[in-house]
Amino acid sequence: MRYRLKTLLAAGGFALLSSALPCLGGPAAAVEGEEPLLKREWPSNGVFGTFDRAALQRGFQVYQNVCHSCHSLDYVAFRNMELLGYNEDEIGAIAAGYTVNDGPNDDGDMFERPGRASDHFPPPFPNAKAAAAANGGKAPPDLSLITKAREEGQDYVYSLLQGYHDEAPEGVTVPDGSYYNAYYPGHVIAMPPPLSEDAVEYADGTPATIQQMSADVTQFLAFAAEPTLEQRKQTGVMVFLFLILFTGIFYAYKRRVWADVKKH
Amino acid sequence: MSADTTNPVFKSGILRWIDDRLPILSWGYDEFVAYPAPKNLNYWWNFGSLAGLMLTIQIVTGIVLVMQYTPNTTMAFASVEHIMRDVNYGWLLRYAHANGASMFFVVVYIHIARGLYYGSYKAPRELLWMLGVVIFLLMMATAFMGYVLPWGQMSFWGAKVITNLFSAIPFVGEPIVTWLWGGFSVDNPTLNRFFSLHYLLPFIITAVVFLHILALHQFGSNNPTGIDISKKDKIPFHPYYTVKDSFGVGVFFLIYAFFVFFAPNVLGHPDNYIPANPLVTPPHIVPEWYFLPFYAILRSTVYEQLFTPLGIFAWFGITAKLMGVIAMFASIAVLFVLPWLDTSRVRSARFRPIYKWLFWVFVADVVLLGWVGGQVPTEGVVWIGQFATLYYFIHFLVLVPLLGKFERPSRLPESINKPVLGGAPGGAQAQPAE
Repeated sequence: MRYRLKTLLAAGGFALLSSALPCLGGPAAAVEGEEPLLKREWPSNGVFGTFDRAALQRGFQVYQNVCHSCHSLDYVAFRNMELLGYNEDEIGAIAAGYTVNDGPNDDGDMFERPGRASDHFPPPFPNAKAAAAANGGKAPPDLSLITKAREEGQDYVYSLLQGYHDEAPEGVTVPDGSYYNAYYPGHVIAMPPPLSEDAVEYADGTPATIQQMSADVTQFLAFAAEPTLEQRKQTGVMVFLFLILFTGIFYAYKRRVWADVKKH
Repeated sequence: MSADTTNPVFKSGILRWIDDRLPILSWGYDEFVAYPAPKNLNYWWNFGSLAGLMLTIQIVTGIVLVMQYTPNTTMAFASVEHIMRDVNYGWLLRYAHANGASMFFVVVYIHIARGLYYGSYKAPRELLWMLGVVIFLLMMATAFMGYVLPWGQMSFWGAKVITNLFSAIPFVGEPIVTWLWGGFSVDNPTLNRFFSLHYLLPFIITAVVFLHILALHQFGSNNPTGIDISKKDKIPFHPYYTVKDSFGVGVFFLIYAFFVFFAPNVLGHPDNYIPANPLVTPPHIVPEWYFLPFYAILRSTVYEQLFTPLGIFAWFGITAKLMGVIAMFASIAVLFVLPWLDTSRVRSARFRPIYKWLFWVFVADVVLLGWVGGQVPTEGVVWIGQFATLYYFIHFLVLVPLLGKFERPSRLPESINKPVLGGAPGGAQAQPAE
């Protein structure tokens, strides 16, 4: 039996290795001399990870007051905000704070109305061309999936928001209307430094330092990228418990069924 | 223990009535219950039924995903996000399907490696092996087209790079690419046909899987000793291998579930969460990990560095790009003829002291190619890729054919009940072939 188990472990190890290999080789390796990302232990990391509601609510304030003036959040609906700990009335109030284009009505006219819980976040610009025209020719990316659309997404967003340097290092020319950012690929970014000390006044009284706001809005965007994260991890834990039991029972059953098969 | 194939006695009169007229029940009984399997199969033999299970999971999750997915360039990406966010357990279906593809390839690669190690492709199982290669090719086509469907950046640019390979074909290359695309670029018609074929091919795979099983059961499973075994060394598939396979499924599902629930995007590329944009090329286009070894062979075939001498082919109109495509297809085509390239009559590597090592060198070579496929092709990477590519073909075209002639196999056991002990009487001495 010992031999069999060893083979089995080898099989599992091989499967894991062959799946893990591309993660090591696949993504383009960090270019030498690049500054390593600022890392944090995000509360949603790990097997038992959950969102930090207070941080999400603060992060939402940052998104609302800072990011939303340029960046859309197309795939997030107001109703999704229930996960942040808001009740139905609060969500209704948040939604009503936005104006949504609707129509055509029975007269064939488009009209504006206050947002409802079922609406998605309205985009800051009517279309991509308008967004590009208002932002020096390039539309600011939608933020719904930003933490999943970048390598080490949360650390990347967190770093980027704090990565602005007033003075570009020697040898780097930053064209007019662009900024130097230590973490942006190529370092020249069109987005002006979005955060300044006390850019928002947190409802819970937390001091709004740049680092605090970066961490909060990063967590909010991680929620926006995958509102089902908690459900996924909680389901995963149950599935693991079941599978361990299932596998154990079948291992015992297998040994019993095979007991009468003569070895060699 | 021995397996006696007795006719099943269906207790129910209805079942007997059906089986008399349509013997599908006794067929299923014979193939999946009574099927006499060697009693010495090790856990490497679990991966065949695991592959069948993965095919089933992919088809079932895929069919349900299609109920919410929209194959249109303007809506595909959003419909996938709709599945992730609004559909009940949609995230589970999609992650199970996307990671299921990776797991399917893990299982099939191990299944292929097992066949290579224990010589399962040798007579009389050549057609069984070739049907397996057909399944592998169909899987690759299916997985490639499936990756295009979410219409992210990597979907779009992967489709563009791979379909563009056909433009290397002389004279008719460009028209063929236009024909494949259904237009002059990868666009809505391309997405639509890929969707159609992605739905079709799994059912063709299923049909070939049945042929694969039919061919398998003609001579029965190979076994770790590689020798032909007698009836008394066989046991019925049920309950022995059904219970052993179920245990294997549990272990395998633990790994699969780890990816689905705790690392669902590790095997994917972040760029595929950016909607496809024909105007912005990603800095580094890479295929899914399971294609990387073949992608490495494709990209390593340039008429430079180690392969400079191949430049002679350019005089005959074979461009480096075309040569790369030929090399990539040849790397799989060589598997088709493997049963005839291998001149050794001894199946199992257990009794082949040199091949045993060459097998692992070959595995390492493929893993190295996989690494190369994921790298930016700098000069050093291309050197490594070229040596690894060369070795891949040397393994099949030189080492394997020669080994059968020069390798001296160790003593084969007479039956799996009598393992060879040093100089045990009655052990058949295997001769090197011819």
